[in-house]
Amino acid sequence: MDAGQSRNLKNNRRFHLRSSVFLCGLIPVLLGLSGCRSDMQDQPKYIPLRPSSFFSDGRSERPLIAGTVARGHLDDDTLLETGKGPDGKFSDEFPFPVTRDRVLRGQDRYNIYCTPCHDRNGDGLGMVVRRGFRHPPSYHIDRLRQVPNGYIFDVITNGFGAMPTYSSQLLPADRWAIVSYIRALQMSQMGSINDVPADARTQLGLTGAPQERKQ
Amino acid sequence: MRPAAAGSNLVAMAQIFHYSSNTFARMTIYGAVFFIAFAGWAGYAYINSHYVTRQNQPREQPIPFSHAHHVGGEGFDCRYCHTSVENSSFAGLPATQICMNCHSQIWRTSPELEPVRASYQTGQSIRWTRVHDLPDYVYFNHSIHVAKGVGCETCHGRIDKMPLTWQNADLQMEWCLNCHRNPERYVRPREAITTMGYVPDGDQAEIGRRLVQEYHIQDARLLTSCSTCHR
Ligand code: HEC
Ligand code: HEC
Ligand code: HEC
Ligand code: HEC
Ligand code: HEC
Ligand code: HEC
Repeated sequence: MDAGQSRNLKNNRRFHLRSSVFLCGLIPVLLGLSGCRSDMQDQPKYIPLRPSSFFSDGRSERPLIAGTVARGHLDDDTLLETGKGPDGKFSDEFPFPVTRDRVLRGQDRYNIYCTPCHDRNGDGLGMVVRRGFRHPPSYHIDRLRQVPNGYIFDVITNGFGAMPTYSSQLLPADRWAIVSYIRALQMSQMGSINDVPADARTQLGLTGAPQERKQ
Repeated sequence: MRPAAAGSNLVAMAQIFHYSSNTFARMTIYGAVFFIAFAGWAGYAYINSHYVTRQNQPREQPIPFSHAHHVGGEGFDCRYCHTSVENSSFAGLPATQICMNCHSQIWRTSPELEPVRASYQTGQSIRWTRVHDLPDYVYFNHSIHVAKGVGCETCHGRIDKMPLTWQNADLQMEWCLNCHRNPERYVRPREAITTMGYVPDGDQAEIGRRLVQEYHIQDARLLTSCSTCHR
């Protein structure tokens, strides 16, 4: 064996050694990386709805401590928050001007949150009632036509008898929008065709002058 | 193998492998190409399989809650229960109180609802099994999609037909991008966000184009930039 050849062999062996060390090193690194994937997928942080093993109730979202006031939510507008006027009685005022957009917003919210029981037209025969829930009074009875707006707001906010509170599902402004829509519903059952502006009558499928269609 | 010029002592060595092993070696080299290609394909198919993405697989839940009954049968709106879907990044699962709105009176003795009543009394949340779970390195936001006219149905499918909830889309990046490149194919009027079985009132291509303008939907370049979803 001459010198060149032995050097060749040695290089060769070193190469083999190096590459097998490299390979042996690579495998754990690759395995490690595949582990990283799941680390990145489930990072040790709290996101909404993620449970926690730290708190005894298992929730990562902490309930508000009673009396907490978030910045900008001092809620010092009594009418907006409680439906009551300065005299402590239910007010008939709205805390903001009632516009077409408000009423439409109210309709939207009413259809989501109230129809299961009160039904679309307010007669109180919603799906849940048909399945055995207590039958709420129709909105179109005299008593409920007379109640002040603030009273209806209060029913939504605090519940009433068998009716649950909706304060967790609806912000005050939306509750007021619903009140305005309930007023519109009540009016719709009372109104005559003369209350409908002439240009909107075609939408109801009614044509011609109101006098010709006495009902 | 070392060339013959390397030294006579090597030439004298006995042949270890039979001649035919040359063919075998060649076959394995070419075969390796196919093998690697196959392994790549199989791996790709695996990570996209429903087994991994959990697409179309109903999940067991602590309470057999049925969207088919509550949405399909009774016609309740999604937002009655998923209250935060319009104004926050997550849709949220209903608090026990919301179930009790109705179940304080109906099905009140049903054993299926025992965990709801227990949760109501103890204040411990019901532990629903997650159906969807994007990796934490992806940012997703419900409110923007809902505000810009992407309906629940487009992503979650016919929830109103699911007795137990399953994941409708594979939630792979490609799926998100497919829409972010061409939102006009999917957007619908905001009034129909929670409608199930929505059929466009006319030609979707035309309605879509109009809505993209009306809702000021950003252009595809922004919507497909990495930092939109990986932030
Ligand atoms: C789960 C069923 C249910 C839902 C949903 C519901 N209510 Fe009621 N509501 C009732 C019942 C039951 C009553 C009658 C309560 C009683 O007399 O004990 C009632 C009564 C009322 C009354 C009349 C109170 C009175 O003085 O008689 C008003 C006003 C009212 N609800 C408004 C609403 C509004 C607004 C919503 C939507 C935000 C709503 N309700 C959603 C069940 C419901
Ligand atoms: C009566 C309340 C209620 C209504 C209405 C409702 N859901 Fe749900 N939803 C739930 C509950 C409870 C769960 C958790 C159990 C489950 O996954 O089935 C859930 C789970 C889901 C999930 C899977 C969540 C996850 O774990 O990833 C989706 C998606 C969903 N709902 C979409 C909708 C859509 C879309 C609608 C309207 C068409 C809707 N829901 C209406 C109560 C409701
Ligand atoms: C708006 C009213 C309402 C709410 C809120 C509601 N349910 Fe129901 N639930 C019903 C009605 C109505 C039925 C009866 C369905 C039927 O008979 O087809 C029902 C039936 C059920 C049943 C019986 C089996 C079935 O699916 O028919 C279970 C279980 C159930 N609800 C679980 C829940 C849970 C859990 C929640 C809270 C996330 C919830 N419900 C919220 C109205 C409601
Ligand atoms: C653009 C697609 C898309 C639309 C539109 C969409 N969702 Fe989702 N939804 C998702 C994805 C993605 C997740 C998984 C989020 C995660 O794992 O972080 C999800 C998760 C959920 C969850 C589980 C809880 C949560 O917040 O993560 C609920 C419930 C849900 N969606 C309900 C709804 C409802 C109701 C609507 C319609 C008002 C809706 N989604 C519209 C894609 C969508
Ligand atoms: C069916 C269509 C559709 C699908 C599917 C979809 N998106 Fe979107 N996405 C939109 C539209 C439309 C917008 C609104 C763009 C705008 O702000 O104008 C949007 C906006 C967003 C935004 C906010 C962009 C911003 O600049 O604030 C994020 C984040 C996002 N999508 C993430 C996702 C992720 C993650 C997925 C997949 C899990 C996904 N989206 C699937 C249609 C879709
Ligand atoms: C519309 C949202 C969206 C955009 C834009 C986006 N991604 Fe993703 N990306 C995702 C989602 C969702 C996943 C998770 C897929 C999964 O569950 O495996 C993901 C996963 C990934 C992964 C992990 C590998 C994988 O496929 O699972 C990489 C790497 C990645 N994205 C890179 C990028 C890069 C680079 C860009 C910009 C060119 C980009 N992403 C733009 C939504 C997005």
